[in-house]
Amino acid sequence: MADENEIILSELSDDELILQMQDDLYDGLKEEIEEAVNILIARGWTPYDILTKALVAGMTIVGADFRDGILFVPEVLLAANAMKAGMFILKPLLIETGAPRMGKMVIGTVKGDIHDIGKNLVAMMMEGAGFEVLDLGINNSVEKYLEALETEKPDILGMSALLTTTMPYMKVVIDTMKEKGLRENYIVLVGGAPLNEEFGKAIGADAYCCDAAVAVETAKKFVAHKHNQLND
Amino acid sequence: MTLIASPDDTILTERGISLTQNGKILLIACGALAHEILALKQINGWDHLDLQCLPAKLHLWPNRIPAAVEAAVINHRNRYDRFFVVYADCGTGGLLQAKCAELGVEMIAGPHCYSFFEGTAIFAQKAKTEFTAFYLTDFLVRQFDTLIWRPLGLDRRPELRAMYFGNYTKLVYQAQLNDPALDTKARKCADRLGLTYERRLTGYGDLATVLATVG
Repeated sequence: MADENEIILSELSDDELILQMQDDLYDGLKEEIEEAVNILIARGWTPYDILTKALVAGMTIVGADFRDGILFVPEVLLAANAMKAGMFILKPLLIETGAPRMGKMVIGTVKGDIHDIGKNLVAMMMEGAGFEVLDLGINNSVEKYLEALETEKPDILGMSALLTTTMPYMKVVIDTMKEKGLRENYIVLVGGAPLNEEFGKAIGADAYCCDAAVAVETAKKFVAHKHNQLND
Repeated sequence: MTLIASPDDTILTERGISLTQNGKILLIACGALAHEILALKQINGWDHLDLQCLPAKLHLWPNRIPAAVEAAVINHRNRYDRFFVVYADCGTGGLLQAKCAELGVEMIAGPHCYSFFEGTAIFAQKAKTEFTAFYLTDFLVRQFDTLIWRPLGLDRRPELRAMYFGNYTKLVYQAQLNDPALDTKARKCADRLGLTYERRLTGYGDLATVLATVG
């Protein structure tokens, strides 16, 4: 017998369902998110609106509460898993329906470093914000980054590192870009737990991003600025 | 020589401990190093070194370490002329080094405690090929559930294990002591994380040689 207090997602109004999805995302309830995404699709919602109004909005709350010390890494990962499940349904539909495109990013963890939790969150939130993302994965050499820049022609290069011993490799990549005269063609964003703004400036990145939400906002700002410059 | 009773691991993890006596120099150390520092003090008769341990759980938030070290130095400035910080960089991205420079105190070199137990120079060489290893020391084996398993939420959501440890291949237990019980426990930790197991008897490594120069 169903619990009296059990929420039947399909019986909620659109506004109620969006709020419930944000709650479910916060609680990392993957199956509920998948069900709700399918309900909204059936009700005629555009994939873009489902993505931004339910998933991205919900994940933004998660990100803010993580920053404020209310949520911790396990809860953020569970929320991210739930969002990923929703995006898995939406992604092919977003391509079909032609959602707005913000720009393109190549992202990867630097050589000698296998940590990818933060990088994966950034990649997911960037996709959620309308960026096309090519994720190079972990342990990337300067050659691999440069090859991806050459073939993908992104607006942004994102580099991530978790270790004090690997974060200096970001400078190796940026210096190589300078040597080859490529640096000014790209927005370079860096992130990772031991980094800080000072380090980002010192190695010649455009910005250090302390979390995924900041990465999205910073990317939007820089891309808009770049486009404005091109239009001047 | 004055003997100090071995402190409780839970206290070292959660609250830290003050083990000050009549020394002239105060070591401000991570609680995870308390047993090893006390053992070295006892073996070498280093009564000139007093010990103030900060909670080992600060490693869950490395950005809080510099401020905690600073507070400990300020709290003890009226009692000690000299301090030595027994932390490596510990994920602070150079901020602890900068803080120590600002305070005019020295600290131990290297990225982590597991680098100076192995020997920082050797560890740096190995890091080029061994970056898929997850390291535990004696203290971390004993406090595995408190400092690793539960903070990562693996007690509640074991399915997160692949997200945390999917890119690791092996667990390296750096043994400071020859303790078969810790060996057994470390092997179980590796099993729980889904990693292969390797044990290395490092002893106290650079911790012993560095502390020998503090005087």
